[in-house]
Amino acid sequence: MNQSRQQRHWVALSTLVTREIRRFFRIWPQTLLPPAITMTLYFIIFGNLIGSRIGEMGGFSYMEYIVPGIIMMAVINNAYANVASSFFSAKFQNHIEELIVAPVPNYLILAGYVAGGTARGLCVGIIVTIVSLFFTRLPIEHIFITISMVVLSAVLFAIGGFINAVYARSFDEISIIPTFILTPLTYLGGVFYSISLLPEFWQNVSLLNPILYMVNAFRYGMLGVSDIPVVAAFSIILLFIGGLTAFALYLLHKGTGLRN
Amino acid sequence: MKALSINKLSKTYRSGLQALKAVSLDIEQGDFFALLGPNGAGKTTTIGIITSLVTKTAGSVKVFDTDLDDDPEQAKSYIGLVPQEFNFNGFEQVKHILITQAGYYGMPAHEAEPRADELLKQLGLWEKRHTPSRSLSGGMKRRLMIARALVHNPKLLILDEPTAGVDIELRRSMWTFLRKINAAGTTIILTTHYLEEAESLCRNIAIIDKGEIIENTDMKTLLNRLDKEAFILDLKYPLLNNELDGLDYERLDDTTIEVEISRGESLNSVFEVLSRHGVEVVSMKNKANRLEELFLNLVETSEQSA
Repeated sequence: MNQSRQQRHWVALSTLVTREIRRFFRIWPQTLLPPAITMTLYFIIFGNLIGSRIGEMGGFSYMEYIVPGIIMMAVINNAYANVASSFFSAKFQNHIEELIVAPVPNYLILAGYVAGGTARGLCVGIIVTIVSLFFTRLPIEHIFITISMVVLSAVLFAIGGFINAVYARSFDEISIIPTFILTPLTYLGGVFYSISLLPEFWQNVSLLNPILYMVNAFRYGMLGVSDIPVVAAFSIILLFIGGLTAFALYLLHKGTGLRN
Repeated sequence: MKALSINKLSKTYRSGLQALKAVSLDIEQGDFFALLGPNGAGKTTTIGIITSLVTKTAGSVKVFDTDLDDDPEQAKSYIGLVPQEFNFNGFEQVKHILITQAGYYGMPAHEAEPRADELLKQLGLWEKRHTPSRSLSGGMKRRLMIARALVHNPKLLILDEPTAGVDIELRRSMWTFLRKINAAGTTIILTTHYLEEAESLCRNIAIIDKGEIIENTDMKTLLNRLDKEAFILDLKYPLLNNELDGLDYERLDDTTIEVEISRGESLNSVFEVLSRHGVEVVSMKNKANRLEELFLNLVETSEQSA
């Protein structure tokens, strides 16, 4: 094995990413199928049945308006859930030790899990996008903004899932954050409505919700309309990614939840 | 070059428990080394620090002259670990576990696959290569952990009670396998509760108790320290109330006695006394494994002096 360190790192990273992707494909009835079904129900109930009575929003049919938000919601939830459950399971079954004893630097462990979570988020995003095509047309106004925003959002929430799993001591603790924080923030993040419908006070409160920026920037990429400036969305998401990455690496360095 | 050099290693857990107290230990390249100690003595903590599973409080660890603090990646690349508890993903297939582990050590799949096949065949797991690991028997899981530890060709193999709960036949076959890889140049460190295992396999030994090394020598020297040996004798007829003058013995039941003789003393003298008293012996066996007695003596002495 006369390899350079870089080559070894590359093999280690691709091994970890492959394992993560293989994992969520192996358990596809738990990972890929449920979001497809749930989002189809959103399209039928909110988009078709209720949406037809709501009329236009932001100059688009209600169905067209909510599709970007629903895709983003699916991506965020799945990127988060993938890393949280995979990393926590590795801790729970102790097979995280396989990685700790191996010559894999911390940043590669984080990168591998985040890449796995991002891959699942994007896979689910593609599935939901395909499902949405059965209900509405899907314009893409700014392809670069659309793709970069969905990828960055998946990365951010994958890192969030990782931090959650580092601290978690039971399976309950990896569902607390998604249930009590992530879901409310997503629903209040402009997935189903424009914040211009809210009173001014609640509009200002909504601006504190980071998911609002992601949903709106993604919607801007697809439909060309947004409640907030897109530059602010990219700035905020990059800031969060930087901050959470540094924090996750610090936790790995300290061995929080991993080493005695 | 030393395979492993531990210098003043200490570990105090958050609970206040001082698991290691400035432990120093050197293990030569190519050695088959036993690290023994009672439960809670500090064996697993020591191994945990060497393999980065436990954070040390003080001291240093060098693996083949590479300091674990200065270059952890290089130091870790030399080590293969067989931990005490099963720690693989129960849902992953046996062969995937090996290839994935090799990948973490930088071994690409085209190299890892033949290596994994070779190990699976050597350790009798070939038929199970596509089976999820949770479906393996206990013995197979132990062998899988050995295969996983060896897949990247480590120079130092650390086995933390590798034969716990393994039947005697499998244990013997694992011994043969370990002897073979040691003969091929792999340095091996073994902790075990089966002292017969350590006596049979290892050339050098350290005994740890309450976080301190209380003995560190070669196996031969240690065994030479035995000054007494005990034998169990089964008698043809009940001993009744006879006193066997001139014999250091203990009566276990009517037809069984335990006789202790000094090192170098001829067994003939025992039989002379027995013959004199008309006692007939039908069978005889060595009471216990020799290392076991020494081990108990050393640990008892350490406890008394503490």
